[in-house]
Amino acid sequence: MLTKRIIPCLDIKDGRTVKGTNFVELRDAGDPVALAAEYARQGADELVFLDITATIEKRKTLAALAREVASQVNIPFTVGGGISSVEDVQVLLHHGADKVSVNTAAFRDPSLLAALAREFGSQCVVLAIDTKQEEDGEWYVYLNGGRTGTGTKCIDWARQAVDLGAGEILLTSMNNDGTKKGFALSITALLSTELQVPVIASGGGGTMEHFRDVFENAEADAALAASIFHFKEIRIPDLKQYLAGNGVHVRL
Amino acid sequence: MSAQTQQVVIVKYNAGNIQSVLYALERIGLEAVVTDDHESIRKADKVIFPGVGEASSAMAYLRERGMDSLLVSLKQPVLGICLGMQLMCSHSEEGDTRCLGIFPNEVKKFNHGLKTPQIGWNNITGLKTTLFSGLPADPYAYFVHSYYAGLDTHTIAVTDYGVPFSSALHRDNFYGVQFHPEKSANAGEQILRNFIDL
Repeated sequence: MLTKRIIPCLDIKDGRTVKGTNFVELRDAGDPVALAAEYARQGADELVFLDITATIEKRKTLAALAREVASQVNIPFTVGGGISSVEDVQVLLHHGADKVSVNTAAFRDPSLLAALAREFGSQCVVLAIDTKQEEDGEWYVYLNGGRTGTGTKCIDWARQAVDLGAGEILLTSMNNDGTKKGFALSITALLSTELQVPVIASGGGGTMEHFRDVFENAEADAALAASIFHFKEIRIPDLKQYLAGNGVHVRL
Repeated sequence: MSAQTQQVVIVKYNAGNIQSVLYALERIGLEAVVTDDHESIRKADKVIFPGVGEASSAMAYLRERGMDSLLVSLKQPVLGICLGMQLMCSHSEEGDTRCLGIFPNEVKKFNHGLKTPQIGWNNITGLKTTLFSGLPADPYAYFVHSYYAGLDTHTIAVTDYGVPFSSALHRDNFYGVQFHPEKSANAGEQILRNFIDL
């Protein structure tokens, strides 16, 4: 049976992990490759590297990182952050990334999704959506790391993106992100049941129960988190044991 | 034959994810060569035929370069991965494509009400042949695919995704796996080692 996936996310700046980590056993907790290998060893199902470097040197650093991860980590990984062209993706895949995630650039020019799917296949095209529930109760798309509103409903953009060739949706709720009060169940469930592609829920996971909820009550295919794993508030082996004990199919 | 002295080639063609296999072999201490050179492929000790992509354009590419007849004629162990395995079957629904015919299986699209592609970790069961030596029972492997080969006498691993399908096939010197051993954690690395040790 296909299992639900647990995905740690590493924020990267200038080739280093950004948010602090609590991995005292690692000689250098800022080294994304060492951290990634440790997560793979613990049973993470996939990894996401999100690059927040804002320079033109970015692509080179990120490609070098992908190459290093690919040669040391034996699970799939996605690279995202500022990707805006077929050439960007070509370089990252050639350096060993399994998937790329696109966000703002794809919203600005949706033909990018079609071009990427045609060139590399939908299986490696992850559409990241930052979404926020506003006072009218609807969930809208935000760009540029959540700074720019669009007025477009999340479900509408997600549907269009899947039609164009997105193979997976990485859905981050801005309302929930950083709260540790649980994932956004309603919008995750809407996308997961309406779309024919897997949905990765992100933002708000703070306890093991939150992960169970998003899998059982929102039909998420995968759940992503960052600092709760980095600071060992939740250990991946414990989380997976808990989920398995509660009837959620996970890879143990 | 010890692993280090073997010449391992990865078949280069118009499909994705070829580099990932190269890097996975690097992790288990093996240098491989990515090539489309017929002579290098013919004289290699082990041939890996990987790939993620679309069946009809891949077959057209292989035929234009005479690589279809080359692959079929190989005598050393050959491992097809994902699209590579599907191309080793007789026919694929994807683009109504006649394939290499090494395995008699028909490749069909998932149509059982589950999300397509299947993306993620699933069990491989009913394991046969030494390709799967030294693995725990029903290990997990990483899959990304929309098409599958049905079960028949060549099936050496079974996975269920709405329908039971061949997650691995074997005939003579040819092996095919639908999952990605290069991305399947320790189990995947063990399978790659087993292939190299054949």
